[in-house]
Amino acid sequence: MRIDRPHSAGARVQTALPALLSVLAAFAVWEAYVRLSGISALVLPAPSRVIDQMILHRALLWQNTLPTLQATLIGFSCSMLVAFTFSIVIDFLPRLRRALFPIFVISQTLPLVAIAPLVVLWFGFELTPKILLVALVTFFPMLVALVDGYASTDRDIEALLRSMGASRKTIFVRARLPSALPYFFAGLRISITYAVVAAIFAEYVGARAGLGIVILNAKNSFRPDLMLAAVVISSLLTLTLFAATAILQTIMLRWREAGARSGGST
Amino acid sequence: MSALKLTDICVALDGTPVLDRVNLNLGTGEFVSLLGPSGAGKSTLFRLMTGDLVADRGTILLDGAPLDDGMTPFAFMPQRDALMPWRRVLDNLTLGLEVQGVSRTAARAKVLPLLGEFGLKGYAQHYPAQLSGGMRQRAALLRTVVQDRPVQLLDEPFGALDALTRVGMQRWLEARWRAARWTTLLITHDVREAVALSDRIYVLSRKPARVIAEFLLPHPRPRFQPDADADLVGLEAEILQTLLAQTGD
Repeated sequence: MRIDRPHSAGARVQTALPALLSVLAAFAVWEAYVRLSGISALVLPAPSRVIDQMILHRALLWQNTLPTLQATLIGFSCSMLVAFTFSIVIDFLPRLRRALFPIFVISQTLPLVAIAPLVVLWFGFELTPKILLVALVTFFPMLVALVDGYASTDRDIEALLRSMGASRKTIFVRARLPSALPYFFAGLRISITYAVVAAIFAEYVGARAGLGIVILNAKNSFRPDLMLAAVVISSLLTLTLFAATAILQTIMLRWREAGARSGGST
Repeated sequence: MSALKLTDICVALDGTPVLDRVNLNLGTGEFVSLLGPSGAGKSTLFRLMTGDLVADRGTILLDGAPLDDGMTPFAFMPQRDALMPWRRVLDNLTLGLEVQGVSRTAARAKVLPLLGEFGLKGYAQHYPAQLSGGMRQRAALLRTVVQDRPVQLLDEPFGALDALTRVGMQRWLEARWRAARWTTLLITHDVREAVALSDRIYVLSRKPARVIAEFLLPHPRPRFQPDADADLVGLEAEILQTLLAQTGD
């Protein structure tokens, strides 16, 4: 039995259509409310005005998107590297898990509003504090995903590898790591949505450029339309990164697609 | 001269004795089955041989010599097929060879000519999830035998299959075995399967497991119509009685 999946472009549009329509409907209601109520653009600008601002200030927005993207990607890559390293260390030395996890959990309880200014105070207005904050926010979900992923390994597969004379390292590479991949991607998708927000917040607290700075300046000069324009850009940035991880997942986990499509048929 | 000789094996897990002075002999090219009530410790015996566990007492001799540390004379086929879902069928089949350090090209060259015999021709590039239950078991068995180990350990290889597929697989395995004569130790709780496939059958007691009976089957093969041989019918009934006496209800 084959389960039909959207493969053709037409089928894809059909899947995306309800989401697209509901977003458009929300914007239409917003636009209508602003026009009918006559509310000041200094309080609530209409979507059309936000779009106008985006076009008008495209150079400014673009210049400030790049630093945010840079901080997000570098911070996220560092966090991924550290999470991966720690996950392997913990997997080989389970006792370290009990020693380290409380520290990691505490790191997640720190309020960003307080930590961000401190990190900026310690590391200045350059890239370093942004990388640190993005890493702080995204590190733990990825570590947990990896550690849980390793633990999900089929015990029969591990017993099989041991019977073949495989070393602990071989078992990790051949069985535990591939078993953790689906978990890793779940963690990746969650983390990437936090990453952009963390980068913008770090900029907001102290930076020379970035979407956070655009938002801060627009707020200080009472320009909600420009603030929302920056918000739209940051939202698009997150969506793009989310889509990129989804595509990467589809490529890396082809075997799951294969299994789902054949539905275990005979 | 037996290829494999287990003497006085005792194992306790968490203080509970599981194996109690178990003695087994397995000749070269012989097909031996282990029958026993569920939970009797049959799989524990396999874990012992694959190095997952260490016996509290007793010896395992292979061709008269004790097993050394790090020796892996057994090719093991677990109850569930344990195919890696992320590897294509071909890469699953070469796994054991790869772990042994055989190059990918050499491993593939060894596996590919066998695909037809194991009913997997044309499926090398599929993922395990795309195979039927019977095909998955054949793949798991091929993965086991290509390792070229002195002894094959099969742990209820057909337990998870539907009745019809199981009978088909038993016939197929018997034919393959007659051609290749792998030295094989099979765990099962299907009496008919044991009678059809084995040269010798050991029956284990309930936990802590001891060998309570040994049956020799010099009968001509194939034996898939046990009704045709009155001797086999009697033997099957006798084994079943021995087993039922152990289930205790």
